[in-house]
Amino acid sequence: MTSASLSARPAQLRPSPVRRLSRVTVTSVITWFAGGCFVLLALAVLGSVAITSFATSWRAGWWPDAFTTRWYGQAWNDTGISKSLFVTFEVSVAVVLIALAAGVPAGYVLARKKFPGKSTLMLIMLLPIILPTMTYAVQLAAMMYRIGLGGSLAAVILVNLVPALPLVVLITVPFVEQISPEVENAAKVFGASSLRLFTRVLLPLLAPGVVAAGILCLVRVLGSFELTFFVSNSRTQTLVVTIFGALSDPGGVPAPLAAAMTVFYMIIALIGLVIAFRFSNPADALSRRGR
Amino acid sequence: MANQTPARTRPGFESLQMRGVSRTYGQTRALVDLDLELTRGEFVALLGPSGSGKSTALGCMAGLQPLSTGSIWRDDVRIDTVPVEKRGFGMVFQNYALFPHLTVQKNVEFGLSMRRVAKDERRRRAAAALDLVQLTGHAAKIPSQLSGGEQQRVAIARALAIDPEIVLMDEPLSNLDATLRIEMRTEIKRLYQERDLSVLYVTHDQEEALSLATRLVVLRQGALVQSGTPKDLYANPVSAYVASFMGYRNLFAGHVAGRAEDGAVHVVADDLELVGRLVTGEDTDNAAQGTAVTIAIRPEDIRVAAPSASNAIQVIVEVVEFHGRELAVRARTSRGLAIHFKTDESVVAGHPATLSVPRDRVLVFAR
Amino acid sequence: MTTTVEGRAHTVPARSRQPLRHRLADRGIDWSLLLLLPAVLIIGGLFVYPFLYGLSISFEPLKGNNTLSNYTDFLSDSYLRDSIVKTLRLALPVAFVSVAFAAPLAFQARRNFRGRQAITLVFMLPLTFGSILIAQGMMRVFSDGGWINLLLETVGIPKHQFIYNYAGTFIATTMVTIPFVFLLLMGFFGGIDRSLEQAAGTLGASRAARFWRITLPLASPGMVTAFTLALVEAFAVFPSAILVGQPDNATHVLTLPIYTAASQHSDYGSAAAIAMIMTVIELIILVVLVTVRNRIYRGPATSGKG
Repeated sequence: MTSASLSARPAQLRPSPVRRLSRVTVTSVITWFAGGCFVLLALAVLGSVAITSFATSWRAGWWPDAFTTRWYGQAWNDTGISKSLFVTFEVSVAVVLIALAAGVPAGYVLARKKFPGKSTLMLIMLLPIILPTMTYAVQLAAMMYRIGLGGSLAAVILVNLVPALPLVVLITVPFVEQISPEVENAAKVFGASSLRLFTRVLLPLLAPGVVAAGILCLVRVLGSFELTFFVSNSRTQTLVVTIFGALSDPGGVPAPLAAAMTVFYMIIALIGLVIAFRFSNPADALSRRGR
Repeated sequence: MANQTPARTRPGFESLQMRGVSRTYGQTRALVDLDLELTRGEFVALLGPSGSGKSTALGCMAGLQPLSTGSIWRDDVRIDTVPVEKRGFGMVFQNYALFPHLTVQKNVEFGLSMRRVAKDERRRRAAAALDLVQLTGHAAKIPSQLSGGEQQRVAIARALAIDPEIVLMDEPLSNLDATLRIEMRTEIKRLYQERDLSVLYVTHDQEEALSLATRLVVLRQGALVQSGTPKDLYANPVSAYVASFMGYRNLFAGHVAGRAEDGAVHVVADDLELVGRLVTGEDTDNAAQGTAVTIAIRPEDIRVAAPSASNAIQVIVEVVEFHGRELAVRARTSRGLAIHFKTDESVVAGHPATLSVPRDRVLVFAR
Repeated sequence: MTTTVEGRAHTVPARSRQPLRHRLADRGIDWSLLLLLPAVLIIGGLFVYPFLYGLSISFEPLKGNNTLSNYTDFLSDSYLRDSIVKTLRLALPVAFVSVAFAAPLAFQARRNFRGRQAITLVFMLPLTFGSILIAQGMMRVFSDGGWINLLLETVGIPKHQFIYNYAGTFIATTMVTIPFVFLLLMGFFGGIDRSLEQAAGTLGASRAARFWRITLPLASPGMVTAFTLALVEAFAVFPSAILVGQPDNATHVLTLPIYTAASQHSDYGSAAAIAMIMTVIELIILVVLVTVRNRIYRGPATSGKG
């Protein structure tokens, strides 16, 4: 019997209640609430700095006593922030570029090739990001001073390369592994030399990984403290070092002044983040690492 | 080996029904007012291309997807509001979905331990299930140590171990290579017959559906198009769409040129002039001249014939494939229409031939 | 016509003289290894060499002849020795709390939903800005007259000291590690094949059973990794121990003696020695954690032919 529809059936019922796929449970409510609290706290902590920077003074209470913008002028002129901003910019760009230039090819080789000593090399290469920077910052600084680079911009760039490079390698490897080796073989069969293979095939495919690595590198360098702290002097400090100096200054830098300094830093970091999110989602890079 | 009580004496359902089920998410209408019935003991295959809604229907039946409208009934009890973990259907997934951190034994026992079956009985029933799929020695392995076919069999054993009243299967064979697919197909049929199961099976492969099912349901864009036994659908598809699924490889767009005395129609498509059987049309009895139609012919219904045969097609043979007992041939009419047919006569590429097809095997569908 | 290969034994020279280049290539040594050179130079010159240099000067104390006196001085001074305990007392709870807090959050957020991008961005803020900025903000929010205490007062709970003590550094550190762990785990949880949870559902597992029997075991290697990385982060705490902690007492973590030795006493040998001790402790912890992770890793979190 062929039929295009069932014969007699009961009259159409009321549609079943729409059930959302993820039901609202007690645990999920608590979790989202906790998450919300954390977000609020983070925003409060960061926001308070911004608010303080506009305060004449803020002794106690919910709100500053009065508002002003004079701290920004003072911060810009007197505290060396303007110099630090420039230094931070130079250092970040230099470190990211060098780390990418050295790290991406290294990541490629480590992902594709097997050779004697590979695992030892990988282990040594990962140590700088596994170990706290303090465990090697001092020795590195001592060495920099010994060869006469102490206090120079070059020294700051060099020391920040140490954790940046392994980070680039670590992120590049899974991205390279994702590219099937057959793609490279195909390119070679069709006549691509190694250079053409790299520029026309590999680089475009690796672009998201390179961008993700560059961004995470940038974030790391911006916030890098201990390494820069031990090799820099007042002319070659990055923003965070200058800010730390202001905060721990026994002479007592006024809180709003320090806050204004920090706001400069926040703006730079925010710009970096926004640019980052236009290009890729670093959360993906972190999740790929886990596979 | 005697295992659980024979199916017929097991308490169970008589019929499972989807009534007016729709499922819409975002802009996609995956199911549209679907009515589907599964009687106890049937092997129903949901057939259709991707996007036809067949996997969605299965997901709704299992409780993995909510309904936008409609209801699902087990006899006279409404079950679409019952969560998936309480429905008690066995399910085999397309990608097997074996728990990678558990051994084969623990995988198969999983459903039983969810039902708090005692340890000894759990072991026994899981071992029996593994025995059914002939994987007894592999109990201690973990899924990554198994081949694709073995993983598939574990997935089946896992679904059967809980002794479900109905097994849902979502394209279980599509990830296997050709030989294995055919072998596993026979296994599934054997299990169905031996264990007296009821099965709802989703596939896009008509050969699979035809060989396994007791009843076929063809879906298109979320709606039911035809439901019937494989034989019915094979011989009498109700539309060109169903025909295209049932191996009617020769499909031509044409129009009605006239009626014959006994109700047959003359149809014309390019340089084809045939007499056929009108299956659907606005007015089946009075198809007007010039009505646009689709002509559907199965390759196995076309024979090489003498030049004077009736309902003939003149062709030049183009490609000949050796298929063992017969040849699969593609030929072209003088206007370039491709005709697929099968024959055990020897034909040579590049040579002309005359083909003939019985008029009741030329199906004509109004467009 | 078929051809058959039969056994007229061909004598092939046992080790034909392949060019050196080919033999090396078989073992993986070819020109492409040159791509490693810049990275190797950087790591070798800027990490391995200074590390070894530091190791050597740690055995050359400023005063006296005993090569080990840098180490013995540190380990025999109870104040200094205690910094090891204080570091662990800070790092371990921070890592625990971070994972415990972030895991349920990451689990809820594992599927794509509207606003996931925005939430990711917000969570990245503390990470990007760093602990110094957070410490600075905390000096307002958590101070005696700050927002948190004001809030507590309004609700009737007595004021509490959150800053310039253990709690201050703890909060500052978790504010950085929680987002980090959250992002990491969100990727891990999301990477668990959805069909596994569905299969468990069809087999009768309730939501809770699905979480405890399927999702959690599959995510546990990832959780151990997240814990390890959070621990490493927390181990490295330094500026917040000074700014919002109690650097002389409760938060006198291992990084501080290194700092004082180097910048206040210019005793680089001693600083290097303490750094060595810190490295060894951390490596021991890492080895333990990696072993644990490897024991529970059972394979990829997708099923068969995904």
